[in-house]
Amino acid sequence: MIRYVLRRILYAIPIAFGVSVVCFSLVYIAPGDPLQTVMPPDATAETIAIVKHAYGFDKPLPVQFLIWLGRVVTGDFGMSIATRRPVFLEVSEALANTALLAMFAVPLAFFTGYVMGAVAGSFAGRWVDRVVTGAAVVGVSLPNYWLGIVLVIVFAVEYMLLPATGMGPNGSTAFNLLQWSNVQFLILPVVTLAMIPIGILARTTRAAVAEVRNQDFVQTLRAKGLSEWAVTRHVLKNAMPQVLAVMGLQFGYLLGGSILVETVFTWPGSGFLLSKAIINRDVPVLQGTILALSLVFVATNFVVDLLQSPIDPRIRRA
Amino acid sequence: MKVAKPALLRSVFALALGAGISLAGAAAQAGGTLVVGMTAGDLPITTGNPDQGFEGYRFVGYNLYDSLALWDLSKSAADKASEIKPGLAAEWHVDEGNDKRWIFKLRTGVKWHDGCDFTAADVVWNFTHSKDPQAPEFDPGQLAQATVYLANAVHASKIDEHTVAFDTTVPDSLFPYELSYWLLISPCRAKEVKYNWTEYALRPSGTGPYRFDSAAPHQRMELVPNRDYWDKARVPKQDRLVLVPMPEASTRTAALLAGQVNWIEAPSPDAIDRLKSAGMQIVTNPYPHNWTYQLNFVNGPFTDKRVRQAANYALSRADMKELLNGLMLEGNSTLPPSTPYYGHPKIYEYDPSKAKQLLTAARCLPCKVTFAISTSGSGQMQPLPMNELVKSQMDAAGFEVKLEPMDWNALIAVAREGVDKHPQYNAINVSRQTQDPFNALIRHVWTPQWAPKGANWGHYSNPEMDKLITAIFAEFDTQKRLKLLTQLNESMNEEAVMIFVAHDVNPRALSPKVHGFVQAQSWFQDLTPVSVEP
Repeated sequence: MIRYVLRRILYAIPIAFGVSVVCFSLVYIAPGDPLQTVMPPDATAETIAIVKHAYGFDKPLPVQFLIWLGRVVTGDFGMSIATRRPVFLEVSEALANTALLAMFAVPLAFFTGYVMGAVAGSFAGRWVDRVVTGAAVVGVSLPNYWLGIVLVIVFAVEYMLLPATGMGPNGSTAFNLLQWSNVQFLILPVVTLAMIPIGILARTTRAAVAEVRNQDFVQTLRAKGLSEWAVTRHVLKNAMPQVLAVMGLQFGYLLGGSILVETVFTWPGSGFLLSKAIINRDVPVLQGTILALSLVFVATNFVVDLLQSPIDPRIRRA
Repeated sequence: MKVAKPALLRSVFALALGAGISLAGAAAQAGGTLVVGMTAGDLPITTGNPDQGFEGYRFVGYNLYDSLALWDLSKSAADKASEIKPGLAAEWHVDEGNDKRWIFKLRTGVKWHDGCDFTAADVVWNFTHSKDPQAPEFDPGQLAQATVYLANAVHASKIDEHTVAFDTTVPDSLFPYELSYWLLISPCRAKEVKYNWTEYALRPSGTGPYRFDSAAPHQRMELVPNRDYWDKARVPKQDRLVLVPMPEASTRTAALLAGQVNWIEAPSPDAIDRLKSAGMQIVTNPYPHNWTYQLNFVNGPFTDKRVRQAANYALSRADMKELLNGLMLEGNSTLPPSTPYYGHPKIYEYDPSKAKQLLTAARCLPCKVTFAISTSGSGQMQPLPMNELVKSQMDAAGFEVKLEPMDWNALIAVAREGVDKHPQYNAINVSRQTQDPFNALIRHVWTPQWAPKGANWGHYSNPEMDKLITAIFAEFDTQKRLKLLTQLNESMNEEAVMIFVAHDVNPRALSPKVHGFVQAQSWFQDLTPVSVEP
């Protein structure tokens, strides 16, 4: 098991390297100027040349990449062109803000989606199943930016029950989870963010449960005289590995932040940071954020793989 | 969108959340706090000349800092285009014996926010800070932001404690306008933070009417009044100014309606009726902005004046105004009509049959053209529906317009690099500020401004106009210069150097609790007279 863990960690290194090469290249393939943020639209060619030199963007791309990579391995992600703050600080603050959303969205999505799916799968083909499956399809199909705007119109604009935008009355630096005046800012983005994972998990769980219920061992359990509740427990446990894999992906999605949801609610998370970095062509922030998010996905998949083994002993890790 | 308000549902929610819950709106409406929802995607930088376009200047630049010449944004000037007035310089004149040397007499008794005195040495220090890569105080970020406005200045020198001289490469009668965009920062504070501009950004020090108080990165910046401001008439009336970046128009509108902010920039036209019905004040005024197409004069149909004129005749600007719910002025020239040097330019009234005749005479029917446009961007108004309307009108008059949308950054790159690098485009749709004579007119048609050196994207060149521009730069008598500028604008219209479409009216929506704001005909606005009811 330890060898397996070490091997997986080693696998993560080339993946991170590959992601860094791809993200570095993609940023430069896109049209636009990495110094657009710091230069007015009418900057002359001469000014651009001086500033490019000052920021090191006049060097050949492979050289820029190697300089960047050399810094990254020592923990120095560089400075944001737009804000002049260390990229590490920018990315870590944004990830922490997104993690706060995920902290509430994950249990909401996983619990609701799993319960809905389990109920639908247990009553496959009946009206309960049809209602729950219909609701799940709606959840998956609703564009979350649209849902976010509708929730804002209803709960912030019309009823004035919840705030429309932002992270707390004084921003993320003063955010206090123990104060309702702060916590209320979480509700609409959390609900919006959780909606799609709820739908996906409900559908996945429903399919897994329905499939397991048709297996022979379930008939055997019933024949042995187990109560329906005990049978259901066995069914749910057997359906879990499949559900867990999807949960892992959804956890990565939630932790990675949603550009659309965070933009609609002006939530200063990783998705919001990424969208600003793209618009501004803030290359150091873009590279740092993509690298961090890719590592989040790699780590999440790794943890899910590790969890699957104790849940399903049939899966062995060598 | 109107949502029904069943009383029962409202009661249930209210009960569920409890009577002690402070509603979102209440928290943001402390007495005397002006909370502005900006269109900017991020907080403007605070190290001098800001980023985030002129919105950065409007809310951060001119509030923390001053320039030697400021813009007159007062109530008395609201019915005409804004002009420059003395700022940190009390007066200025060109050297009588040398028309390439400007003398600026500085205001006395001005202090930086950090308590140091403002002197001539500070102005010279700021010059090297922005221009000289060898100086210890040099900041490449400021070179990028400020050099555009100091292009003609080669040297700054101290004459005495309160007098400075600037030497220019050529006689430049417009130099005071250029200095109006150059914001001065405190050398005391810069030295205190050892020229660490990241540190300076957190503790900026200017001479402006507001002092920096705090900022949550990317989220909000709070400024407080500078009670010792040198212009006592402009000491802010509100207790606090909070700036919140909200790039999404729907988010800004919702935040205003929910009471989280009490001022939003640029509400979308389709939200105006909803905002009005909620009692919000919608404020508009013409301002120096144009929404046009800059044309390719190197190759393609627009090298022919008749085709350029045909494109202008093809447009129904009244239809465009209707599309924008009335939130624009019909664009018939590079300048809005309230500009002092607007004159009597040739107007291209909507006449599709005349457009077709011109295209026939130019042997370009159907006349295939490709426009580079953006999906959004600073000053671009509603680029997609507006461009679609232009396309349909031009197509109906004999053109065959192909729109190539790209994001704002990519379009700026196309605009900067010029027609030589992007010959596939016959026009680019980049909105421009027309606040001063150089930016309004000269840069679009002057041969030395050919991109990538300047903003003449399509490489327009006309010896007569170049001669006129040289005369403008050399004319130091304001009235005589005004006549020359008027002549230039009229010539630009006669030549149809652009496809003129619209001028924005700078809409903003204010809570009914906001008082005292008068919108100047400028990209910049004075927030100091504004007060907010608790």
